[in-house]
Amino acid sequence: MSTDIESIFKKYKQGRREYLIPLLQEIQNDLGYLSEEAIVRVGSFVGLSTTKIYGLATFYDQFRFVPSGKVQIKICHGTSCFLNGSQSVTDKIKEETGIIPGQTTRDGIFSYEIVTCMGGCNNGPLISINGEYHTGVKAEQLPDLIRKLRFIIEND
Amino acid sequence: MEDLKKFLVEKVLTFESDTLLPETEKKLQQIRREKISTPVIYLASGTGSIIAGSEKTFLAIRSYLDDNGTVSDLVRVGCSGPANFEPFLCIQLPGKNKLFFRNITEEKVEPLLNGIFHNDINEEDLAGQKGTRGFEMWPGIPFLEELPFFSRQKRVVLENCGCYDPENIDEYIARGGFRAFVKAIRHYTFEEVCTIVEKSGLRGRSGGGYPAGLKWKQALNTGSSSRYLICNAKESDPGAFTDRTILESDPHRLVEGIAIASYAIGASSALIFLRYGSEHARFRIQKAIDNAREYGLLGHNIFQSGYNLDIEIRIEPGAFVCGEETALISSLEGKRGMPKLKPPYPTTAGLFGKPTVINNVETLMNVPLIMQNGPEWYRSLGTEKSPGTKVFAITGKCRITGVVEVEMGTEIKTILEDIADGIKEGKEFKAIQLGGASGSFITSDNLDITIDYEVMKEKNISMGAGGFVVVDENTCMVDLVRYYMEFMRHGSCGKCIPCREGTGRMLEILEGVIRKPSNDDSGTTLERFKGVMQLENIASVMKDTSLCGLGQTAPNPFISALKNFREEFEEHIFDRKCRANICRGLRTFSIDVDKCTGCTACASKCPVNAIYGTRLQPFFIVVEKCTGCGICFDICKFSAITVK
Repeated sequence: MSTDIESIFKKYKQGRREYLIPLLQEIQNDLGYLSEEAIVRVGSFVGLSTTKIYGLATFYDQFRFVPSGKVQIKICHGTSCFLNGSQSVTDKIKEETGIIPGQTTRDGIFSYEIVTCMGGCNNGPLISINGEYHTGVKAEQLPDLIRKLRFIIEND
Repeated sequence: MEDLKKFLVEKVLTFESDTLLPETEKKLQQIRREKISTPVIYLASGTGSIIAGSEKTFLAIRSYLDDNGTVSDLVRVGCSGPANFEPFLCIQLPGKNKLFFRNITEEKVEPLLNGIFHNDINEEDLAGQKGTRGFEMWPGIPFLEELPFFSRQKRVVLENCGCYDPENIDEYIARGGFRAFVKAIRHYTFEEVCTIVEKSGLRGRSGGGYPAGLKWKQALNTGSSSRYLICNAKESDPGAFTDRTILESDPHRLVEGIAIASYAIGASSALIFLRYGSEHARFRIQKAIDNAREYGLLGHNIFQSGYNLDIEIRIEPGAFVCGEETALISSLEGKRGMPKLKPPYPTTAGLFGKPTVINNVETLMNVPLIMQNGPEWYRSLGTEKSPGTKVFAITGKCRITGVVEVEMGTEIKTILEDIADGIKEGKEFKAIQLGGASGSFITSDNLDITIDYEVMKEKNISMGAGGFVVVDENTCMVDLVRYYMEFMRHGSCGKCIPCREGTGRMLEILEGVIRKPSNDDSGTTLERFKGVMQLENIASVMKDTSLCGLGQTAPNPFISALKNFREEFEEHIFDRKCRANICRGLRTFSIDVDKCTGCTACASKCPVNAIYGTRLQPFFIVVEKCTGCGICFDICKFSAITVK
């Protein structure tokens, strides 16, 4: 893991704050999340205290601090999907997984996040599961879907 | 490949005269696919198309062509507008007009192509034909341009969208691209370019409508050694997707627009601030920048003019407030995206304290057109005070959704009734919401308002960046306002108190209005009434005292909804009723004993076990237990469940 961060650091100039966000973004793309170690090392690389980096990272929606689940769900909460009932979809996913956006279930299977618009406004509510789009999702389909996904992951 | 590049650079981009040589024109026609000897299939490939399944269609076409040994070009193009038509397919046979087909999912590919190649056209999925001069017309097939969706539009900014391969810079150059930029850096000074744009009357399309040329001049006249141009492609309003469509369908023109604008202010570094999550758009714009660099259109000493420019993409890390100029700059500097007090404006002290111009995608898309056709041409479009066109992303409950472009001065009614083709499923129209989460509602009384910065300012309606959300009778306004407020509360950066506390408190009260009271004693009712009375007060304080545009405009949806739909708010508050039956907390379900057959379908699905009864006897719902989720209502085959 440390070698990965080292190779990312090589692309940026040391001590330059303007590269802080791209740096964190690249680390997250690589690791899937920002680990404590990564934040500490970015701090010494950029020349800022760890608390400052943590404060900045928590300000933005993109950054997460726990590894994402094996099944990553994105729920569209754009206006069009909302008008078509995405609220009940979100509520159902929350109920079924027992977590809030940005968290990961304890078994490491599910994590979900809410995004503003994914671009499928005609076919809402839209969710994406590991990059695959599901259109016109209804809340009552979700328990089955989630059970199925859990079964697939557990028996993999 | 190298030959083509050399040819385009020497004979087109840096050619001395405005009129090209006849043999050059001939070759450009080939690149534009105007002279073809084999059939060409064009497939829309924006995010919307991919969600509708265009990649599967693409593979199906590819395997059909391979299996049948048909020689045909298969090209991915951008989006041409109507989202309902996706996957949108176009076929051009040599010497004939283009034919457009809608909703071509993978299983439709084989019969469709079989028909086309054997002169038997499937009329069912046919959208229309598009004519070009010198091509044979298909008899009895309507023209695409005659559909109200297209005929009422004026596609200037979007003219290339859906017409060419956005990953191919050669096609863009063959369509006249980058010649305006090369002309600008070779023949005009910084000042002259600013003056041309100022004369054209181009106004910033991000909502405020500030004259673009004026902004550029302010930055140019600061006397600083370095300046920056930032293209704001953040577009995080829920329900707006115009910028993304442009980035995916015509990225080269955006690169050209950024290049001209950077030249006009003498900036040698430009940044694109792109929304996080738009991977497809990022890929295409990155490719467009890389291609432009290869052709010498970006980089050091561009075409020996002595001008240097490089464009960099920065991904916005997910904060709604970063759409605000000063917050955007803070974020680019590696800080929390919090707004600062203005003045100083970014044009005098922006990124790293240097003069910075921030323009949004649509504004910059207009720039190459103005440079190419002149400011008088631009003035001839639209109205006197607001020249040009405006792009909207239509979503919601209308029949056709998608990205459209209309001339300034068009009535909102025309967009709703002709372009969007009215409301879906014969429902009643309720309102149009313009300007995203900080916009206002337009009701049926105001539909004759024209799209024009001055007119809309007078009526206190914000144009916004391009969201056009159509709402029908099945939408609860209180719930919609709550949704926008929730979005705003999440988006508030927390720097100033009116916005941080105001959005939170307003959301709390609105949630109280639509929630089912745990016990309906007078205490909770009194609390609710007290809260509601504060709403208007909080809204006005937020408007007056918030630091940035986010807080000042956050109460807009509420204020405008209260003004136009006061009775709906009162019904929620006093009668505890939601006329659209959307608010779960206020719905009460009951079972019609005459219609219920006792099939147990509802009882088995009820998540809180609130439905009781004996099999084959009428069931009943325990109101105290019911959460109003509505699953039983959807599942009942005998319409025995009624909602109040």
